[in-house]
Amino acid sequence: MFSDDALLAEIPRLRRYARGLTGDVARADDLVQDTLERALVKGRLWRPGNLRAWLLTMMHNVFVNQYRAAGALDYRAPEDLPELAVRPQQQDGIEVRELERALQQLSPEQREVLLLVGLEDLSYQEAARVLGTPVGTVMSRLSRARERLRQVLSGQTAVPDYLKVVK
Amino acid sequence: MSMHGPISEDDLHSWVDGRLDAARRAEVEAWLAEDPARVERAEAWRKSNELLHAAYDAVLDEPVPARLRAIVEQQRRRPGAVRAAAVAAWVTVGALIGTGLGYRLGQSSPAAADELAALPRQAAVAHAVYSPEIKHPVEVGADQEQHLVTWLTKRLGAPVRIPDLASHGFALLGGRLLPATDGPSAQFMYEDDAGRRLTLYLSVRDGDTSTTAFRYAQENDVGVFYWVDGRFAYALSGQFGRDALLPLANTVYHQISP
Repeated sequence: MFSDDALLAEIPRLRRYARGLTGDVARADDLVQDTLERALVKGRLWRPGNLRAWLLTMMHNVFVNQYRAAGALDYRAPEDLPELAVRPQQQDGIEVRELERALQQLSPEQREVLLLVGLEDLSYQEAARVLGTPVGTVMSRLSRARERLRQVLSGQTAVPDYLKVVK
Repeated sequence: MSMHGPISEDDLHSWVDGRLDAARRAEVEAWLAEDPARVERAEAWRKSNELLHAAYDAVLDEPVPARLRAIVEQQRRRPGAVRAAAVAAWVTVGALIGTGLGYRLGQSSPAAADELAALPRQAAVAHAVYSPEIKHPVEVGADQEQHLVTWLTKRLGAPVRIPDLASHGFALLGGRLLPATDGPSAQFMYEDDAGRRLTLYLSVRDGDTSTTAFRYAQENDVGVFYWVDGRFAYALSGQFGRDALLPLANTVYHQISP
């Protein structure tokens, strides 16, 4: 099993990912708490390897169970989002606030992929393992998530007519 | 003109995430440069990565909330208290082994009854030492049960069987090899949903293949049922009462008697 110190050292990274997933400080820390508890119960099944990826997998399972249990509640209309959901004490640029709001408009599956790759710097293969999906699914979710963010951030609505493969 | 095939959407993601080698990156960038719309799209993707970091990296510098820290540290405190008792037990058993050794040196053949008398204490000490262990309760985990059986059978020199106590709510955690006073012994550990642990200690007996009835001993707060069956001496230990332990000992006996 991993050491307590190794587990403590991963908490900031888990909190960052959870903050992006939930867009809310208290919900994020609830998610981290559930993840840690599950990790400690399951810890004896852990074999030396990538602790962070293992914990992210555990968080994915907790997150999926929670939003399934809540009945796919995670789509929130922009007007329902708190204006300052994250770090109200900080003076963020308008782009950052726009991004935080746009992120919560993605489906949970798209948000997970975007955050694992774009924020947590996992390779596409690592993200696929954490999420238990084929790499192809990771890539297609990533495309949809990035295109959606681009449209929201640039004020576009229509999907551009774009060639997927060009010689 | 491309050396490695057409530029795909996956290549664009890999470019955004910095996961291309230099040659492919140059190809992708040459392709992007052909059309401002391509550049705009890829740059927007890359910009969203930067914005994610701008939005959330500050979380990394926040102090870890006490409630999260407490979850991890509670785990550390719980076994600590029991550990002190285990160390005290070790000191006692060390003294006993020392005395026993002196006794054996003085007397050429100790009675068979005395051999068995040492069993519950050895089992109870092994239980007290390993059952509170969070990080390394076992050497080989239950996920490698077949390997565990093969390994311990080889080391003990007799066919080892691992009883299934799921009907009592106890799942196998795994097992370990232990030194007994006169050779190797083994310990299997089980745990129920409440986190209570049970250990089965077994050692091989030379020659004598008699069978004995169950006996019960209490070593500090550890209850031990022990018996001899064929080539093995067994001891089932747990920190709960005799009445709770007896049905478990019965199940073990019925599952592994040859």
